[in-house]
Amino acid sequence: MNRHLISAADLSLDDAVAILDTAEELARLAERPIPKLPTLRGRTVVNLFYEDSTRTRISFEAAAKRLSADVINFSAKGSSVAKGESLKDTALTLQAMGADAVVIRHGGSGAPYQLTNWIAGSVVNAGDGTHEHPTQALLDAFTMRRRLGRLDGLRVAIVGDILHSRVARSNVWLLHTLGASVVLVAPPTLLPVAVGAWPCSVSYDLSAVLPQCDVVMMLRVQNERMTDAYFPSVREYSRRYGLDDERMGLLPAHAIVMHPGPMNRGVEITADVADSPRSTIVEQVTNGVSVRMAVLYLLLGGTEAR
Amino acid sequence: MPDDVPETGRRPAGKQVLGPEEIRRALTRIGHEILERTEGAADVVLLGIPTRGVPLARRLARRLTETEGVSIPVGSLDITLYRDDLRLRPARTLGHTEVPPAGIDGRIVVLVDDVLFSGRTVRAALDALGDLGRPRAVQLAVLVDRGHRELPIRPDYVGKNLPTATREEVRVRLTEVDGEDSVTLVAGGQAAR
Repeated sequence: MNRHLISAADLSLDDAVAILDTAEELARLAERPIPKLPTLRGRTVVNLFYEDSTRTRISFEAAAKRLSADVINFSAKGSSVAKGESLKDTALTLQAMGADAVVIRHGGSGAPYQLTNWIAGSVVNAGDGTHEHPTQALLDAFTMRRRLGRLDGLRVAIVGDILHSRVARSNVWLLHTLGASVVLVAPPTLLPVAVGAWPCSVSYDLSAVLPQCDVVMMLRVQNERMTDAYFPSVREYSRRYGLDDERMGLLPAHAIVMHPGPMNRGVEITADVADSPRSTIVEQVTNGVSVRMAVLYLLLGGTEAR
Repeated sequence: MPDDVPETGRRPAGKQVLGPEEIRRALTRIGHEILERTEGAADVVLLGIPTRGVPLARRLARRLTETEGVSIPVGSLDITLYRDDLRLRPARTLGHTEVPPAGIDGRIVVLVDDVLFSGRTVRAALDALGDLGRPRAVQLAVLVDRGHRELPIRPDYVGKNLPTATREEVRVRLTEVDGEDSVTLVAGGQAAR
């Protein structure tokens, strides 16, 4: 494995499977009376969050703590960043404090990659702009494999705001590597121009896609990034691209419904669907901790000099 | 002990110390000793340390069932995450940990491994056990004790005491993993440590 985890597209099949298998073993540890391991004692993990996040930050924090690493949480609000400190100066500060790994979320695509130039430790991308969110894709793949028993040959539909979604990008690359086939479903305005170069197909008709899906992944309509008129109204979007009970009925009996959270109930997914037994939304959060433990272990658990 | 894991499928050159028959007899004897020392093995749980401790633990459990008609819970205990030498090599693949459903609280846990060397694997296993529960007692069964302990740890059941030089390697091969049963002593060139 590389020293950093910046992009799901960088992962080879072997790397990806190693992470999922390690996560599988670590998930079983969570059921023990003492779900804590001494493996990363004395290592420091910094959570560097320039954007709001609850589940990703807490998930990384829980993962690092279960492996006995020391965790330093840094959020842009209430820090020197608010006074105008640059990413580079913040990075040099962290470097001087001896961070073994920096988990970074940043609004700018490519910020984690930049960080690798200034930090001696490992950099883990926890979401950068509209680029990638590799650990989310890994936990999604992990959830699919646990629920459906395999990834090779799975048919996955990713539905919604693909244009702004780093989750969709990471999933397309990772699922392609793992042998699943992906179809993106979205209004043309919410698809990136370069989508033709991605290893996936595209559809504008959700109801037509659903009967051939093993997995349907609903994406959040990201109001904070909706600066232009991408669709006429939320209501129209939800009628054409939302998942309700009736549409869920079109799925094969074994198919599962995923959502990376946070959800807009009533927009891209109805409450009935989100709370149905087919929905893996809560499982995804639990699995997130195991997958992030696996990533931290594989990046930090071995020799420092590689 | 993972330090002594040879590549599977290749027969090591060197002096064969134990063959299939000797391994079988050693396990039978260890089985009898366990029955004696634990008064019928009523509370015993066998935990094999991956990779080759696990098939050894299963074989021992079968012996105990054959001799005494008792059914012994068997499991596996991966110690990778508890090793004290993690930083010396790239991150290792994890083995499988499987604790029998009845758990280990109040039981006599017999740890089973193929080779006892520095004792560091056993120390790690004791730490791992502490996170799993509180056994009444912990004992250690090994197929080969090759000496050179670096910690105050001793085995309770030994298949074969094998005097070795530190540079030599002990290679255990088992049918379940390697397709044949043998223990070979290989003169050390590139010692695996």
